[in-house]
Amino acid sequence: MSREQLAVQQARRSFQTGRTKPLGFRLQQLRRLQSFIRERKGDIKDALQKDLGKSERASELYELLVVEAELHLSMTKLAEWAAPRLVEKNIFTLLDEVYVWSEPLGVVLIIGPWNYPWSLTLLPLVGAIAAGNAVILKPSEISSNSSKAIERLLPLYLDKDLYQVVEGGAPETQELLKQRFDHIFYTGGTAVGKLVMEAAARHLTPVTLELGGKSPCYIDKDCDVRTACRRITWAKLINCGQTCIAPDFILCEPSVQDKVLEEIKKCVKEFYSDSPKTSNDYGRIINQRQFKRIMGLMEGCTVAFGGDADEARGYIGPTVLTNVTGDSKVMQEEIFGPLLPIVTVDGVDEAIQFINEREKPLVLYVFSHDDKLIKKVIAETSSGALVANDCVVHFLDSALPFGGVGHSGMGRYRGRHTFDQLSNLRSCMIKQLKMEGLNSMRYPPHTAEKLSWARRFVLSHLNVRRLRNMVVLAILTGLAAFVVQRFLR
Amino acid sequence: MAKEQQAVAQARKAFETGRSRPLEYRILQLKNLQRLFAERQKEISDAIKKDLNKSEMGVQLYETLGLEGEINLAIRKLKEWAAPRPVEKNLLILSDTVYIQPEPLGVVLIIGAWNYPWGVTVQPLIGAIAAGNAAVVKPSEVCVHTSKVMEELLPLYIDKELYPVVTGGVPETQELLRQRFDHIFYTGNSMVGKVIMEAAAKHLTPVTLELGGKSPCYIDKNCDISIACRRITWGKYTNCGQTCIAPDYILCEPSIQDRVIEEIKKSIKDFYTENPKTCPDYGRIINQRHFKRIMALVEDSTVAAGGDNDESDSFIAPIILRDVKPEAKVMQEEIFGPLLPILPVSGLDEAIKFINKGEKPLALYVFSGDEKVINRMRDETSSGGFLANDCLVHYSVASLPFGGVGNSGMGCYHGKFSFDQLSHLRGCLIKKLNMEGVNNMRYPPHTPKKLGWVRFLFLKTDGLGWVGKMVLLALLAVVAAVVLQKYLH
Repeated sequence: MSREQLAVQQARRSFQTGRTKPLGFRLQQLRRLQSFIRERKGDIKDALQKDLGKSERASELYELLVVEAELHLSMTKLAEWAAPRLVEKNIFTLLDEVYVWSEPLGVVLIIGPWNYPWSLTLLPLVGAIAAGNAVILKPSEISSNSSKAIERLLPLYLDKDLYQVVEGGAPETQELLKQRFDHIFYTGGTAVGKLVMEAAARHLTPVTLELGGKSPCYIDKDCDVRTACRRITWAKLINCGQTCIAPDFILCEPSVQDKVLEEIKKCVKEFYSDSPKTSNDYGRIINQRQFKRIMGLMEGCTVAFGGDADEARGYIGPTVLTNVTGDSKVMQEEIFGPLLPIVTVDGVDEAIQFINEREKPLVLYVFSHDDKLIKKVIAETSSGALVANDCVVHFLDSALPFGGVGHSGMGRYRGRHTFDQLSNLRSCMIKQLKMEGLNSMRYPPHTAEKLSWARRFVLSHLNVRRLRNMVVLAILTGLAAFVVQRFLR
Repeated sequence: MAKEQQAVAQARKAFETGRSRPLEYRILQLKNLQRLFAERQKEISDAIKKDLNKSEMGVQLYETLGLEGEINLAIRKLKEWAAPRPVEKNLLILSDTVYIQPEPLGVVLIIGAWNYPWGVTVQPLIGAIAAGNAAVVKPSEVCVHTSKVMEELLPLYIDKELYPVVTGGVPETQELLRQRFDHIFYTGNSMVGKVIMEAAAKHLTPVTLELGGKSPCYIDKNCDISIACRRITWGKYTNCGQTCIAPDYILCEPSIQDRVIEEIKKSIKDFYTENPKTCPDYGRIINQRHFKRIMALVEDSTVAAGGDNDESDSFIAPIILRDVKPEAKVMQEEIFGPLLPILPVSGLDEAIKFINKGEKPLALYVFSGDEKVINRMRDETSSGGFLANDCLVHYSVASLPFGGVGNSGMGCYHGKFSFDQLSHLRGCLIKKLNMEGVNNMRYPPHTPKKLGWVRFLFLKTDGLGWVGKMVLLALLAVVAAVVLQKYLH
């Protein structure tokens, strides 16, 4: 039996003991995960520095903070999320208990990415634990230091039979994908996303695929271009552009292009100094393969700014490209690097057309003061999410479901959405073995009279809530009238 | 170009005109669908009578009445469902607008089943139309007469470019599955479900699979057996057992087996007379293949009642099997016919153990007057739906999500769930280009001071919701006190 098979079998056996069912157990594991983050910050930051050149503070800001917040939220809200959810009753169910009951799915496979190897691997883990599942965690082998650290450290904190870390590359992942899971949560690229879903289909395993795409960023010429560019530059260059929701490319009118370029240059200088290579906060490209790929994308365009690189150090400087068209190399794939192409368009209509000719992105950015323009973009495009006048920050609101559509993914997570995604939301209806007379209209022999009764009931619109409110109001009015009467005596 | 390719291309073109976006258009289509059921009841019933020997009243009760109810609900609630849905904000974005905007996915493929051909084919269509999609409708070719009628009637009432009907068998379905859709909604069996999901994976198309399985039915020896059996009999033999949520088999203690058999026999007689063959409310098996399949399942079990059959008429009388063993043929697959096996178990523990050995079913039934028994059954098993003391009826509660888990399916629908399942729920965050000062704490160069601020604001946000409310309340109290003071002077 392969190592992967063994891990899954062990996780399933542990799940079947039923020990993840009590909320107390799940809370205890979440608290341990919290301790892990707090006590091992040094190890985590160290791994991130080696993998992606992330500074200590950048690691704190962009990886750990969001996991800590998610842990806190999940622990605070677990009882609420896991409680039976009452649903609206209709005329047939007035006397019954009707609710949705959340239960664990079983064994969940989480395949993490390399760009935020901690947050994007641990965030789904938080939800999986909260929902009462067992987990096989497969960190990305590309961020090898982080993967090793997770494998070494996580079992020191969490139940190591229920939550297993399986390291490895493509062969190990393929072996894992042959096993049967109750849900697969994958973060990564579109091509592998298809393979994951195909493998899942063989076992009828539902999937959450957090993929990517080219997230467009439209700048309205009449907006505050300076502030817009500040926010865009910040978002683009976090983690050296290796962010699934980074603004991939800019669309703007030719008249603002120069101003946009100027402002971006200013911001780069402000954030990363004249020499980003020496800035502690400027990241590195994950590996040689990605480095070469990104450098190749600059072909056929004008490097308006930046373009400096150092292959040995995995360094590519913040770069802005102009003279970019829809056919340019840099427009054929998700950049996932610090290149910011500017494509000029004649206005929002042409921008919308350009966006709609391509796959639905994970996020769409629009910068404008004009509410009508923003609403137009929302109405005439589609994307996982839409953010007006900022970038990336929608990820921080755990109440917003985070996920893609079309090639940018399926399913969603964050906060309660992860819990729901990794639970079985089971419809429950508890009736009594009485009032059997009411059921006669449904039993054969079917007569016209019985049917007309059924029609009347099914097609009546009884708003139970309104009825209840009216009854309460009537009682209160009666009481008030009574009280007033007594006082007037 | 194949007929299927053409239909899909046409549907996409029609979708891209944008005409399905305005709510008025969707309501118009839904109202047209309403008219279809009001005007064409006869043709619908005639065809179903030929396919499944359902009586006219049976057709209304079990197929079209439910659809009428769903259409009414969708028309009444569409505005509410399609409106932006506000979302909880955390502190960092308090001054912003955050909401979820439902939008159409695009072109949906609906593959219907043959057992309730109108019910399970049109119900997802209602959701697809309400959500603003185009939909390619592929009725099951197994219900030969009904699929012809559907192909003929639907285009007479609803937009035939947006909602084309494509009939055909396996080759036509395979051709359809090669095309690209934005969602595939399939009702049928697990085997084909896998094939559908594999095909969908190639385009990263999300799927809803409404499959089946063996829905267990546990009868507690202390319950009102007479009423329990009446409800079970109705649930089992409606549509001659060809219902995805029919109670597949019974689990009960040996001491009540004889009583259970007696009561079921009584109810069969009440519903279908001494001679079910001549009863207009008793159905037929859909075709020869299924007839043979079902009759073969009886082979190695003891017949306690029934057994009458006529191959030329696809007639199988209600059959009860007793003392059935887990290895029996009838326990190896979903019966989907009028055979009701009874498996004796020593009590609730053994019943739960037995159920958990099998795949997670679409529905799980438990008959008991004891809340503890019901809760244990619910807590120690898993299924799509859970119903105590009745069968089937959870299907008609629009506020309960209807769907399976594991081999019984993925995704859910009915009522608003159909709308949500076939929409993209897009997260929208609308900020303003002011208050840029607040953002300074996130920009490089990252300093401990800036980081400290972010930590404070971000990690303290959960408590703040409550604290914010208290602060507001306190302020209001102060204002009220001031105002009162002024009045009293």
